[in-house]
Amino acid sequence: MIKVENLTKTFGTKRAVDGISFSVERGEVLGFLGPNGAGKSTTMRMITGFIPPSSGKVTVGGFDIAENPIPAKKLIGYLPENAPAYTDMTVHGFLDFAAEIRGLRGDTKKSAISRVVDLCFLNSVLHQDVDTLSKGYRHRTCFAQSIIHDPDILILDEPTDGLDPNQKHEIRQLIRKMGEKKVIIFSTHILEEVDAVCTRAMIIDRGRVVSNGTPQELRRKSEWAGAVTLRVKNVAVGAVQEKLNRLRSAKKITTSANDSCVTVTVFPRTAGDGDLTREVIEATNGWQVDELRTEEGRLDEVFRNITMPDTKG
Amino acid sequence: MNSFGNIKTIAKRELLAYFTSPVAYVFIVIFLLLNGFFTFMVGGFFERGEASLADSFFMWHPWFYLFLVPAVGMRLWADERRVGTLELLLTMPIAPWEAIVGKFIASWLFLGLALILTFPVVWTVNYLGSPDNGVIFAAYVGSWLMAGAYLAVSCITSAITRSQVVSFIISVVACLFLILAGFPPVINLLQNLTHNWQWLVDTITSFSVITHFEGFQKGVLDSRDVIFFLSVIGFSLFATSVILRTHRTT
Repeated sequence: MIKVENLTKTFGTKRAVDGISFSVERGEVLGFLGPNGAGKSTTMRMITGFIPPSSGKVTVGGFDIAENPIPAKKLIGYLPENAPAYTDMTVHGFLDFAAEIRGLRGDTKKSAISRVVDLCFLNSVLHQDVDTLSKGYRHRTCFAQSIIHDPDILILDEPTDGLDPNQKHEIRQLIRKMGEKKVIIFSTHILEEVDAVCTRAMIIDRGRVVSNGTPQELRRKSEWAGAVTLRVKNVAVGAVQEKLNRLRSAKKITTSANDSCVTVTVFPRTAGDGDLTREVIEATNGWQVDELRTEEGRLDEVFRNITMPDTKG
Repeated sequence: MNSFGNIKTIAKRELLAYFTSPVAYVFIVIFLLLNGFFTFMVGGFFERGEASLADSFFMWHPWFYLFLVPAVGMRLWADERRVGTLELLLTMPIAPWEAIVGKFIASWLFLGLALILTFPVVWTVNYLGSPDNGVIFAAYVGSWLMAGAYLAVSCITSAITRSQVVSFIISVVACLFLILAGFPPVINLLQNLTHNWQWLVDTITSFSVITHFEGFQKGVLDSRDVIFFLSVIGFSLFATSVILRTHRTT
């Protein structure tokens, strides 16, 4: 549905986006991750046709966004960063305008408006002016605008920014549900969102794609992936360290002790190694183990390692 | 193919926006008060004893518009950019020129409405005497076209900046040029400065709205004057589209 080839954007001497290529198919929810200023918003603005790329090509549903913008834009619903909305209109007036400009008229328009009002819980503010809305409501109003024509493609720039935890949850559920039948690209810097919603996550740093895969694949890049944490009682710290250090698959261990408990984390030699868990269990034979778990890997750590290679160490 | 519908939708939204904010009401009230005051007090409508509106009523319009029209036009694009709705508007399935024309038409219709509300003056002059209503009608058309030209210039300045105040000031200056280019003292000055290079003076004065509005005030619908105003509008809207495109590329 969306194909991005070698997309580049330069502002003056600064390369905001530097040769990004990827494609997204129906049924995928693609999460854009990256630090602030990485080029997420600029990329989205080029996909939606708001700004033309310096070079490269974007094809949306078979239409080149630069050469054939109108049919391409018809397929897209877009929530820009900061959720702008006409402040001098009521919520209903704004949605009515959005529906009309999307070509909806009469009863189709009415039912489209009432559908998105229900989906985004806007009933209580329907006749209120947009500039009197709280941030969460304004955000949802703009989100409602983006889905009013039931688009095949949804592009959401930080859809959960500024929402309270309940609203975040609602929007995520909505995205996940709609993602089954549509193409969704959304940007975020909240990592838990990637787990909650994405089928694929792409990390962008300084205008380049530095990682592209499922959240599980990403996690496996963490040194925590496959690490085993256990808490044992009534065993000397030295003994625990000595025994676990000798394991074949263990790279390093960290320990902390308090009272009668020792908490140990054993990191695998190769990330995501399943053998380590078995070896650790064998080694604990005879100890009193209170807790033992295998870590899945930590996204925040992967994110930091990928996007801050210079500042590390 | 669907351009007409898109322009209508945008114009409708824009018109509604005028009337949901105090701008529309403030503008109309001030415009009517100024018209009344200048026509009857300064313009000496009664003392003249003429059944005509040219010298008492229409002659003030270029000056009223000088600061009232930029006030109407200043928000058109500056506000879209400041609030960020420009991004919404230009990612909708419409061509940018449709948005530019739609917004312009809405504001122009609004100015037309304000102009129509001056009808009591027409009624008064008809009650007191028997004026040539054809002349009055022509002058109204001219006044509306002139307002359109000012408005289109305000569109450009509004597209240049995010700040409505900056937009207002620049467009007042630009419109002032359009007036002064045909103002007798300025023409004299130009003649002295250019050592009577008549062609240069003529070129500059031909840009003046005053010279082109005069014909309408006498009841002459000269196609050259109509074309002048329409081409100022056309050129300015085109310039607006170029400016908007430039903002997006850099």
